[in-house]
Amino acid sequence: MEMIVDEIVAKYNYWIYVVLMMIGFYAMIGKRNLMKKLIGMNIFQTSIILFFVSTGVKKGGGIPIVDKYQALAGNVDAASMVNPLPHVLMLTAIVVGVSVTGVALAVLQRIYREYGTLEEDEILEKLQR
Amino acid sequence: MNATNLHLFVLVVPLLSALAINLLGRRSRQWIAPMVLGSLAFSVFGSIIIMARVIEHGNLSYTVGNWRPPYGIELVVDPLSALMMVLISVVALLASFSSLKSVEQELPGREHLFFTLYMILIAGLFGLVLTGDAFNLYVLLEITSITTYGLIAMGSGRAALSSFNYIIMGSIGACFYLLGIGYIYILTGTLNMADIARILPTLNAPVATATAIAFALVGLWVKMAFFPLHSWLPNAYSQAPTGAGTMVAPLMTKVTVYLMVRVILSMYTPALVFTHEWIAQGVVWASALAIICGSVLALGQKDLRRMLTYIIVAEVGYMVGGIFLANANGLTGSILHIVNDALMTLCLFLVVAAIIYRQGSVSLVSLQGVFRRMPITMAAFTLGAFAMIGVPPTCGFFSKWYLILGGIDGGHWEFVIALVASSLINAILFFRIIELAYFGSLQDGDHHEHLSTERHEAPWWMLSPLVLTAALLIVVGLSTGPLINNVIRLMIPVGF
Repeated sequence: MEMIVDEIVAKYNYWIYVVLMMIGFYAMIGKRNLMKKLIGMNIFQTSIILFFVSTGVKKGGGIPIVDKYQALAGNVDAASMVNPLPHVLMLTAIVVGVSVTGVALAVLQRIYREYGTLEEDEILEKLQR
Repeated sequence: MNATNLHLFVLVVPLLSALAINLLGRRSRQWIAPMVLGSLAFSVFGSIIIMARVIEHGNLSYTVGNWRPPYGIELVVDPLSALMMVLISVVALLASFSSLKSVEQELPGREHLFFTLYMILIAGLFGLVLTGDAFNLYVLLEITSITTYGLIAMGSGRAALSSFNYIIMGSIGACFYLLGIGYIYILTGTLNMADIARILPTLNAPVATATAIAFALVGLWVKMAFFPLHSWLPNAYSQAPTGAGTMVAPLMTKVTVYLMVRVILSMYTPALVFTHEWIAQGVVWASALAIICGSVLALGQKDLRRMLTYIIVAEVGYMVGGIFLANANGLTGSILHIVNDALMTLCLFLVVAAIIYRQGSVSLVSLQGVFRRMPITMAAFTLGAFAMIGVPPTCGFFSKWYLILGGIDGGHWEFVIALVASSLINAILFFRIIELAYFGSLQDGDHHEHLSTERHEAPWWMLSPLVLTAALLIVVGLSTGPLINNVIRLMIPVGF
C-alpha cells in the first residue's frame, strides 16, 4: 500500500492527467447530453495540456528570460530555468482547442434550433418519428 | 518567385485564395469559380514541377522563418510527399469542378462560405504532407479536421448531429496523437521528425517508446476510421453536402493513412514499430477484420452514398494491413493503394454528385433504369466499380495484386483471404447496382412514374471531371510500373 502511495506521490502530475483524462473520456462516452459531451471533450484536452506543461518543470527553475549578451557568451545555466518549449506548444494547442470548441458550439446551436433539445435520447426519438 | 521555394507557394496560394474568396465572393458570385479553379490549377502545375524536381535532385526543404531545422519548423518534400501533393491537387481540382455546380444548387447564397472552408482544407492537406515537424502535424491535422467539421455541418437534415459526433471522435483522435508526441518530446527533447528518427533508436527506453508509438498510432486510426473506430465516418460522409463529400471522402482518410506511413517510416523508424511481431500481426488481423466487416456492412445499405462510405472503411483496412505486413510488397501496395483509392473514390463520388444533381437521391430504388437517362455518367460508374472490384487494367487491380503478394510474403493468409473475399463482395455490391441501372425496368412500382426515360445527362461541369477521372483510372493502372520504380521504390527503407 505504502509503495503505491509513494509511486503516486512521486509522479503525481501523471496521475492527475490520467484521472482528468478519464473523467473527460467518461463524459464524452457516457453522458447523453450533447453539451456535457462537449464539456467532457474540453476536460480531455485540458488534461493533456496540463501533462505537457508539467514536463517543462524543473526543481528550483526560474523564468526563462535571459540577457542576450550573457546567453551569447554562454554564461547561462540551462538547468536553472524552466523549459519554455512545452508552454509555447500548449499555447498553440489551447488555440486549437478553443477553435474546436467554437465550431462544436456553433454546431450545437444548429442542432438545438433543429430539434429543440440537446438530449441525445430525445433527438433520436424525434428522428425516428 | 524563387523556384526552390515552390512547395511553399503551392501551400500558400490556396490559403490566400480562401481569404480572397471570402471577401470578394461575398460581393459577387462571379469571382468564386475563377479563383478556386485558378489557384488549384496553380497547385497542380506547381506540384507536378516539384515532383519532377524531387525525383531528379532528391529532397527539398524549406526552413520557415529561417530557423534551422531542429529548432524551427521544416517543410520537407521527399518522393512520397511529392506524390501526395500531386494527388491532392489533382483530386481537389477535379472535385472542385463538380462542387461548384452542386453547391450552387444545394447551398445558394452560401457559396463563398463553403469555398472558403474548402480552400483552407486543401491548404491544410498540403501542409500535412509537407511538414517535417511532429507538433506542426498535430496543428495541421486539426486545421483540416475543423474545416471538415464545418463543411459536413453545412449539409441538411441530420448533418449537424453527425458533424458533432465527428467532432467528439476527431478530438479524441487528435488528443491521443498529441499525447504520443508529448511522450516523444520527453524522451528525445526534439520535435523535428528527422531528429526524432535519429535519436529514438539510440535510447534504451522500450516501454516509454512503445507507449508513445501506441498513443500516436491509435490517434491516427481514429482519424482514419480504422474498423472498430469507424463509427463516425458513414454518417458524416453520407450527410455532408455533395460538394464536400466529393472532396473529403477521397482525401481525408487517404492523407491520414499517408501520415501513418510518414510517422512509421520517417519518425519512429520501422525497426522500432515492428519490433514486437505479435503487435504487427494483431494489426494485420484487425485490418483483415476491418476489410470483411466494412464490406459486409456495405452490403446492408440501401443508399449508394452510404454504401460507398462503408467501402471506404474496408479500404482503410487494406492500407493499414498492407503497411503492417512489414514487407516491401505490402508497403508498395499500400502506398499505391492510397493513390488508386483516392482516384476510385473520387470517380464514384463524382457519379453520386451527378446523380444527386439530376434526381436528388441515390437510394438504390431510385437508381432503376438510370443508365437510360445518364449513359455517360453510368459508364464512368461502371469503370469506377471495376476499379474497386480490381479488374485489370484499371488501377485497383495492381495495388490489390501487390497487397496480396505482400500477404503471401508475410505468411498472412487471413489477409489474403479477406482481400479476395472483399473483392468478391464488391463485385456483388456493384453488379447489383449495375443491374438495376442498366436493366431495371422503370414500370414496376407506381412511385417511379415521374422518372422519365428521356436522356437527361449531368451538366458539363460535372461530366468532364468525371470522364477525366475515369480515364485516369486506366492511365494510372497502365503506368503502375513507372510509378513504382520512379517514386514508391525510393521510399521503401533499406532492409525491408
